[in-house]
Amino acid sequence: MQGDAALATEGLTIRFGGHVAVNNVTCSFRPGTLTAIVGPNGAGKTTYFNLISGQLRASAGRVLLNGRDVTREGAAARTQAGIGRAFQLTNLFPELSVRENIRLAVQARHRRGLNLLSMAESHGDLIAEADGYLEAVSMAHRADATVALLPHGDQRKLEVGLLLALEPEVMMFDEPTAGMSVDEVPVILDLIARIRAEGKRTVLLVEHKMDVVRSLADRIVVLHNGYLVADGDPAEVIASPIVQEAYLGVGASQHV
Amino acid sequence: MVRWLLSGDYPRGLALNLGIAAIVLALLFAPFLFPGTRALNTAATICIFIVLVASYDLLLGYTGIVSFAHTMFYGIGAYGVAILLQRYGASWGAVFAGLGFGLAVSVLLAFVIGLFSLRVKAIFFAMVTLAVASAFAILASQLSGLTGGEDGLTYRVPRMLTPAFRLMDEQLLGVTMNGRIIAYYLVFVVSAVAFLVMMRIVNSPFGRVLASIRENAFRAEALGVRTVVYRSLASCLAAGFATLAGALMALWLRYTGPDVTLSFTIMVDILLMVVIGGMGTMYGAIVGAAAFILAQNYLKDLMGHMAEATAGIPVLPDLLHPDRWLLWLGLLFILSVYFFPTGIVGRLRKSRQA
Repeated sequence: MQGDAALATEGLTIRFGGHVAVNNVTCSFRPGTLTAIVGPNGAGKTTYFNLISGQLRASAGRVLLNGRDVTREGAAARTQAGIGRAFQLTNLFPELSVRENIRLAVQARHRRGLNLLSMAESHGDLIAEADGYLEAVSMAHRADATVALLPHGDQRKLEVGLLLALEPEVMMFDEPTAGMSVDEVPVILDLIARIRAEGKRTVLLVEHKMDVVRSLADRIVVLHNGYLVADGDPAEVIASPIVQEAYLGVGASQHV
Repeated sequence: MVRWLLSGDYPRGLALNLGIAAIVLALLFAPFLFPGTRALNTAATICIFIVLVASYDLLLGYTGIVSFAHTMFYGIGAYGVAILLQRYGASWGAVFAGLGFGLAVSVLLAFVIGLFSLRVKAIFFAMVTLAVASAFAILASQLSGLTGGEDGLTYRVPRMLTPAFRLMDEQLLGVTMNGRIIAYYLVFVVSAVAFLVMMRIVNSPFGRVLASIRENAFRAEALGVRTVVYRSLASCLAAGFATLAGALMALWLRYTGPDVTLSFTIMVDILLMVVIGGMGTMYGAIVGAAAFILAQNYLKDLMGHMAEATAGIPVLPDLLHPDRWLLWLGLLFILSVYFFPTGIVGRLRKSRQA
């Protein structure tokens, strides 16, 4: 199973002083599948993401991308290698325009950042590409707006747009619809569903809404107190007693 | 053509267009519009400081790096040219060798400082630059055999740039066409080219990456940008342009000493010029340098006249006495920072769009 995995973690662990936020998590993700990572608040989902995409360095264990050990590489190198990440807390370039945010991601993917003596505006291909991603997250009408002045929902869409623009092999969404209004949520969910249907990317999705998880995921992984406590087919995992107890708790079953 | 020269980055706004045009035209025709040694000296200083301030803004305004070592690089350029001119006589070879040597030392130093400290917190980098710059200033005053110590160096520049050299026998528009005019236009042209190159850099793909690092270095990393590489490179570029400004100053003044190149007062002046002009706008360097240096040079005179005019009235003449010029300069800065937190240029050009 490890052999054909796009992404795998082996005994991945991080300690903050005495607290072990992610504890010996071994898990692999097959290419073209969508895995939902669920668990209560503080279970270590975002920390696990940070360890995979390189924002945090592991205390122990390894991260493998197509079998290659990237544990010692920084976030920039891992992104270049194909691990793309959208953040739970909106994390953009606030004083730049919407289009420029996306254009920067496109430019980074094409590695044209060290070009000092041409005008950025003369790289029309990058701008055209950026506009394509703005369409994809239905933000084209706000292309010239300054990001800091956008409503929260639009910033969330842009956050997803940045990830798309990187065209990464592994796409990690951390609660992409959190804080979005009801009519904005489908834009992003449809997008993720399309990415999954194309089957070209390995998608990791942290999401709280169980109906979303059930409809999108090929597989569910449950984290609890930093441990991986369940892993398998969505229907089975949701029905398993350990999840009912650990994640959903008493009285939450009607929500499922 | 204009778009190519300005890299598509126009001043924007009528007041700003007119203001920038007025300053540039005044500098271009300075020898004819404002004859006299003092006026020409002020104009040349403005040209050189535009380069110095713009190169500092490349760090502070565009990349978000706080450095206190900018005058060190400025000083390295000035001393490079000064030492070689003094040792090997007034030749262009010495000038270029001095500039080349200065550039090499500056870029190397900037690279080493960047490598060791740009990875860590911004405050740490600022402290390291402060320490290195102080050490360098002390070194320059101690190595008096090489640098002339506190007295500095006086030297001869290529004959073409001296008052004794005559470009033509007749006067042009009432101005004697001597070597000082050539020296001024050398300063002007080199400054203009350096400024336009910096304009290109900040509007290039590289410049855009710098802006993204300033806005959110964490996210820039997550887009696959190795921020330390870009920061180091920005730091080296800024150091290089500061060195060029220093070399120009050495050529223009025919004197180089710690007080005109390495002093911390100049570092503070540069910071003020960037902030008054407007951080993160190259045009801010033009406005900031022109406003500051004019105030520095002429506020005293203006106050002298005002004190005379208000003679008879109680208190006022005392307040307007030329000795109080620093008080008024300080007041002007406080007011300008209070009313224009984004600088004069930032105030006149509103770029945020909802």
